[in-house]
Amino acid sequence: MDETTKKQLRKMAVNVRKGILTGTFHAKSGHPGGSLSVADLLVYLYECKMHVDPRNPEDPDRDRLVLSKGHTAPALYAVLAEKGFFDKSELEKLRHIGAMLQGHPCIQTPGIDMSSGSLGQGISAACGMALAGKLNQKSYHVYTVLGDGEIQEGQVWEAAMFAAHYQLENLTAIIDNNGLQIDGKITEVCSPEPIDEKFRAFGWHVIVIENAHDFDQLEQAFAEAEQITGKPVAIIQKSIKGKGVSFMENQVSWHGAAPNAQQYEQAMQELEAALAELED
Amino acid sequence: MADVKKKATRESYGEALTELAETYPNLVVLDADLAAATKTGIFKKAYPERFFDCGIAEENMMGVAAGLAASGMIPFASTFAMFAAGRAYEIVRNSIGYPHLNVKIGATHAGISVGEDGATHQCNEDIALMRTIPGMTVIVPCDDVEAKAAVAAAVQYQGPVYMRFGRLAVPVLNDPAEYKFQWGKGVTLRDGEDLTIVATGLMVAEAVQAADSLREQGISARVINIHTIKPLDEEIILKAAQETGKILTVEEHSIIGGLGSAVAECVSGSCPVPVVRIGVNDEFGYSGPAVDLLKEFGLSAENIINTAKKMLSI
Repeated sequence: MDETTKKQLRKMAVNVRKGILTGTFHAKSGHPGGSLSVADLLVYLYECKMHVDPRNPEDPDRDRLVLSKGHTAPALYAVLAEKGFFDKSELEKLRHIGAMLQGHPCIQTPGIDMSSGSLGQGISAACGMALAGKLNQKSYHVYTVLGDGEIQEGQVWEAAMFAAHYQLENLTAIIDNNGLQIDGKITEVCSPEPIDEKFRAFGWHVIVIENAHDFDQLEQAFAEAEQITGKPVAIIQKSIKGKGVSFMENQVSWHGAAPNAQQYEQAMQELEAALAELED
Repeated sequence: MADVKKKATRESYGEALTELAETYPNLVVLDADLAAATKTGIFKKAYPERFFDCGIAEENMMGVAAGLAASGMIPFASTFAMFAAGRAYEIVRNSIGYPHLNVKIGATHAGISVGEDGATHQCNEDIALMRTIPGMTVIVPCDDVEAKAAVAAAVQYQGPVYMRFGRLAVPVLNDPAEYKFQWGKGVTLRDGEDLTIVATGLMVAEAVQAADSLREQGISARVINIHTIKPLDEEIILKAAQETGKILTVEEHSIIGGLGSAVAECVSGSCPVPVVRIGVNDEFGYSGPAVDLLKEFGLSAENIINTAKKMLSI
């Protein structure tokens, strides 16, 4: 990836992180930790991979993304706002009464392809979209993003079996492997490891990204994914929960807690500094 | 009724899907390893490229149906009522109901008349469960003619629909040449003034038989077939409450949350009259031949007659 593109993606990712903080701070609730861990992935997908048009969000030929780990909606909302699907001011109204932006994704919101948030369900809907694409000979691609805790849900493996059986090569599932879930480390709560071997055993092509916050590695992984035919692709991205805000990184307590005013200010200062560094 | 033609509504379902396939190229059928029983096998044979077996994985099947509908298809997701409404309830609520997607759920083997398989497969709770989902239409056809017409109406309707079919062959009451399915409208099958029997599904035939017998005994019972439990035809129910003053509901479903509850909810607000509910009481079923089980659980013309007389203090 050329340096100019990379810098531009990094800047957007910082802005998305600011949006995540703004949303959850004003909502006084939400899930900043996991939102911050998928921020770079969503920026990369919407900037470099997905064919979507903010002026025509219902285009039947568009690429689709189902945020199966729907609690990280603030990240998706911030990306969609950056892309112009709706005004950035909506982020401050996240989770408020009458707001466009619900606590978890809602299909009525421009740019949101599927209501999600009850874990394990998004991947099935993504399978249905991919199957419809194949049936109608459409060239669109379907992405779905799952949490590593989420894959404890049995429905995920029903969907995994289905996707391989129907050879959904137009489906890519990204598992956000930040290693933490509400009750602690995924390996201590009820381990879903080894994640790669499980998806491989279910008939998927598996790619592991060692650092989900490195755009070169994301680009490499998705380039490999594009070459795969006859089977769905699972990309396991090793990420840092809370990435980009020093006191939130790798802290399970930030799974579902909003920053207070002081924490919000500190986080925004850190992100402003990161942005200034990129402006140099 | 020995000479009346009998047919299971699940069979009507499979046939209707096949008949509609050509007109609706976006119609696809999903099943969860029960195609031979749900009768979607009929469709599978005719349109194999539009049939998708999801294996024994109902939760995923409902989610896949949601994704297909979100991409312009008209999926019919088929399995037993126990698994469609029971096991997959939360997926139906969150992935189909909440986004109000155009998914049709064909739930067969509903109620006690599953028979020998016993309690684990006798779903007496599905109407209650599906009725609570905002925007969900709930249809329980009474015979072959109504079942086919309901499926045809469901394809044309935009939004989620739960259709309840049975395993047992039941009398064909309606004339296919004359029958017209009206979405959300009750059907008055017998007029009467002393009380109203409101029935759904396979209990409609029993209700008609009971009313005819009551008439011979000098009791005038109105019979209303409610094929669309949600949205309920409140007009026909309230009119019956006003004109007959007593309502007896009959359904092959728990007396908690089904047709009886829907009717009681309807009248309690603006025209409270006594509503007596015949259905499966707050208990699980058990194994046995379907016809015998229906009698055991009081789902018979005989019990309707006796209950009606009690209501009229006769």
